[in-house]
Amino acid sequence: MCGIAGLIHKGKSSSVGFEMTQMLQALKHRGPDSTGYAVYGNEVNDLVMRLKIAEAEDMQRGSGIYAELDRRINQIDSFIDEHGVKVTKKDKINDYSYRYEFSFNGDLGKLAEHIEEVNGAEILSVGKGLELIKDLGDASDVSNAYGLNSFKGTHGIGHTRMATESDVDIRSAHPYWAFPYNDVSVVHNGQITNYWIMRRQMEKKGHRFTSNCDSELLAVYTAHNLSLGTSLENSLKQSIEEIDGVFTYLVATKDQLGMAKDTMAAKPLVLYESDDLIAMASEEVAIRAILPQEIDTSDPYDEEVRVWQA
Amino acid sequence: MASITENELKSMTQEERVKALGMTSEQLTGRSMFMEFDPGETERFEYPWAPQVDFNKRTELDTADMTSTEVNSEIRDLMSKGYGTIVLKNPRGKHSLAVGILSKLNLIIEGSTGYFGVGLIDGPNVRVNGRVGWSCGENMMSGTVLIEKNAGSTFGAAIRGGDLVCKGSVGSRTGIDMKGGTIIVGGDTGALSGFMMQRGRMIVCGNAGKNLGDSMYDGTIYIGGEIKSYGVDAVEAELTQLDKDWLHRKLKQYGLLPSKGVDHFTKVVAGKQLWNYDNLEPTEKKLIL
Repeated sequence: MCGIAGLIHKGKSSSVGFEMTQMLQALKHRGPDSTGYAVYGNEVNDLVMRLKIAEAEDMQRGSGIYAELDRRINQIDSFIDEHGVKVTKKDKINDYSYRYEFSFNGDLGKLAEHIEEVNGAEILSVGKGLELIKDLGDASDVSNAYGLNSFKGTHGIGHTRMATESDVDIRSAHPYWAFPYNDVSVVHNGQITNYWIMRRQMEKKGHRFTSNCDSELLAVYTAHNLSLGTSLENSLKQSIEEIDGVFTYLVATKDQLGMAKDTMAAKPLVLYESDDLIAMASEEVAIRAILPQEIDTSDPYDEEVRVWQA
Repeated sequence: MASITENELKSMTQEERVKALGMTSEQLTGRSMFMEFDPGETERFEYPWAPQVDFNKRTELDTADMTSTEVNSEIRDLMSKGYGTIVLKNPRGKHSLAVGILSKLNLIIEGSTGYFGVGLIDGPNVRVNGRVGWSCGENMMSGTVLIEKNAGSTFGAAIRGGDLVCKGSVGSRTGIDMKGGTIIVGGDTGALSGFMMQRGRMIVCGNAGKNLGDSMYDGTIYIGGEIKSYGVDAVEAELTQLDKDWLHRKLKQYGLLPSKGVDHFTKVVAGKQLWNYDNLEPTEKKLIL
């Protein structure tokens, strides 16, 4: 079933981490397997990279895994050095997730590919504003583990996952970063029926997939379109023509938030729009979690595409 | 079966023939709501167990910190105490609010509800001051539901009776599988409205999305605005004076009568080209005739 949520503040920064947690916790019943956030903080000069070096299942292999994790992160650090990356800050969030701040002028795709050669390593996001956090458990578990309640920013998207098409693990959790396109992330609720056809097309064009989750296709597809110079709005419109199935998905970039709904309008989305805040979620109850007062909301129609500017 | 002669078969009605040939073995079993009523008793419009409520006895319920289940049992509890007017405050998009109410009641919901609101009801008059989520009024049997703002998709799915009114716009698949009653929409409706509609009437004052009335068996849809496209077997019909009078009365009743009247409405009915579900299959026809 899955639940998706997104919000964007126009021209101001707010407690996006806390607000997204409230919304996603209200959607817990739509998917308790994993929760993910793509939140956009105040833009920094350097790049921010979120990285995981193991899956939750790896962590259950006994105490030997810790030596293995040390080996993995050392290897990643040596690769980063090799590419001439200047790391300004490195935070260990927990045993298997790290946050780097660095400056780098080289080929980000090549760097990312090199880092992901390390067994178990997956770059969750890279960007100037984007921070992508995902883990097993509900929104409050993930928020507490990653200290999201104090996160300030302009916009964000999030997802609560009920695994139907692939496993319960971090690699199949949403959101997906549109590799290797800075600051672009995707959350999706639905099923894509021409996934393998589209995936093969994308793979032929040189794009990489880390999971078998159909939602990852939307991130790769969006990244591909954006790399060709297509606008976010046109990419969303084009996806309704080219991608089969029932879906509602949200895409966030460093200053935009977009939504698209398939031709059947089979997956829900409730939308609230005001002059300074736009909020959307699979269910109204999520919007009410941050806006308890009486507000006007509506359902976007089939084939509807919208894009908002921060 | 072999003992029936051809002449005997020819003298039978189609229904008798079908039964004699063993083509239907369906037996209605189980409990049907119609068992509760005595056909001879014309004045009895309530379920025997329905609580006797007084519309002048009013109470308010703040639902902010309650679960949907708690709210629904509290409504039942209040009705058993004779409260005939109940106001729900701060519903905040909760799902399945006020479902399964099977007797008369004035219910006012001050705010918005989530999915499956006021479903499976038989009798109450409900007013929602906010918006309702997907599948509002699903399977309703009778009563009136009036929504002041917008509604989600599958508005009035499979309703059998009563008036379900939304003053704003509604989502897709409005009145899917409806079997009776009236759905009235003040604004627009989305794709596949009236899909597989079997009976009843739907009025939309605004525009309709694509595939309007797809695969409808029967029933009537009136659209005041533009129709993006018709579904399979949905056709336009002549708007008669009887239709106009009914539309006028119904829309006026809910304050939705357009300033330009009702003459511009388009009437959509089933073309009945797909109507073969109660006819015999060609092979069966051959066997009998």
